[in-house]
Amino acid sequence: MPSATASVPPPTRTAATRNLGLLAIAGSVVLALLGLIFTAEDVDQGSSVRIMYVHVPTAWVAYLAFVFTAVCSAGHLWGKKHSLNLDRLAGASAEVGVIFMGVTLVTGSLWGRLSWGTYWQWDPRLTTTAFLFVTYIGYLAVRGLGGTQRQRAKRSAIVALFAVLEIPLVHFSVVIWRSLHQQATVLRPNGDVTMDGLMLFSLIFGVAVFTTIFAWLVLHRNRVLAMEDAMELRGIDTALAARRSEEVSS
Amino acid sequence: MSASINRTFGIAKAVASKDLRVEMRSRVMTNQILPFAAIVMVLFAFALDNDGVLQRVAPGLVWMATLFTSLVVVQRSFAVEAADSAIDALRVAGVAPQGVYLGKVAALVVQLVAFEAVLAFLALILYRVNVDAHGAVLLVTTCLLGSLGIAALAAVYGGLSIAGRGRETLLPLLLLPAVAPVLIGATRATESAFGSDGARVVEGWPWVGLLAVFGAVFLFGGTLGFGPLTDE
Repeated sequence: MPSATASVPPPTRTAATRNLGLLAIAGSVVLALLGLIFTAEDVDQGSSVRIMYVHVPTAWVAYLAFVFTAVCSAGHLWGKKHSLNLDRLAGASAEVGVIFMGVTLVTGSLWGRLSWGTYWQWDPRLTTTAFLFVTYIGYLAVRGLGGTQRQRAKRSAIVALFAVLEIPLVHFSVVIWRSLHQQATVLRPNGDVTMDGLMLFSLIFGVAVFTTIFAWLVLHRNRVLAMEDAMELRGIDTALAARRSEEVSS
Repeated sequence: MSASINRTFGIAKAVASKDLRVEMRSRVMTNQILPFAAIVMVLFAFALDNDGVLQRVAPGLVWMATLFTSLVVVQRSFAVEAADSAIDALRVAGVAPQGVYLGKVAALVVQLVAFEAVLAFLALILYRVNVDAHGAVLLVTTCLLGSLGIAALAAVYGGLSIAGRGRETLLPLLLLPAVAPVLIGATRATESAFGSDGARVVEGWPWVGLLAVFGAVFLFGGTLGFGPLTDE
């Protein structure tokens, strides 16, 4: 039974990931303290600026996740071994990316309501983000199409590469679409606003914390996906063995 | 090298003419899909209920109707391949997937352009838009390149739906966000052709250039990706 020897993945808990998780929790606590208590209110935006300490890092991590998905997918397609582990990493990263992008959109529109007076602006960055959100939901749907693990890996790798190709295309076309209709009059979150030292530090610290959370989630999710794949192979082997034993006994 | 390219184009031609012949004979396009497109155009008028607004948003409506119709057309185009495992027969026969892809795209472009001609004609009548000679040239070019962009992407994602089992519902989710750049370019160019909102014809040509770029990028990516995607 060749496929029964599919390596049993390690448990989803190792010392390294446990420490990474602890680091993520500690970082989140410090970030919450920085964001909610230690940093001052913004002169113009008041307390709503505190949303930025979650919004900007999640956006950054979501884009990082999608690029990571594309890199893993390319690695799977062109690597000599067509590693299934790279495929699972790509999937795990996209899942976490979609969640973070959802958080980005929600926090962004809450901030927009407070600062712009509206939940939504047809700002190029916002529009691109919303499109990517839907695109990667589509990618996750492709992963769930069924078939063998090899089929899933190849299929989703190609869709992932198409999706990452869309990031610049959608962004570029939305930018020129807006430029013809109206000049961006909204206050850009990262515009020419000069930032207080502690606020800037909190923002960068937030990016580091959320990147840690991302790494921790992807590692665990990857292991769970590996276990699911292993279980699927085992299931087939068990069914085959059961059928064979039926034949012998009859 | 050139022999294999010639063979690929030969296959593309064969696949495209087969697809178009199937459509001609089944008459699904003329008897079902075209009336569907027409009713969509009429429904837009009911929903918006204002001549001035209709005239202004006509380019967008034409392209939205094209997109919705393209979903139906693409699903049909690949349902033909999935039925009786026709695509497997092609694969076993050693037919180059690039040829199949290019053939599918060509057949889709022809069908989409035919739809756009009808939709634009309906817009002229129902929404009272005006097109002069220069505008007509712009409109035709836009339709050709816009259809190429949509077809190049649609054939890739349509390839995913080949193996059946409820995968058809996936097509809109994958295709519609991806064709957004094409929709933006095509709508703006058509706006100039229709003169909607005071747009001039010369303003439309840069958008046509953009559509050409999108079409080329998607066609290139699709040619590379289609084979592995359908190879199961």
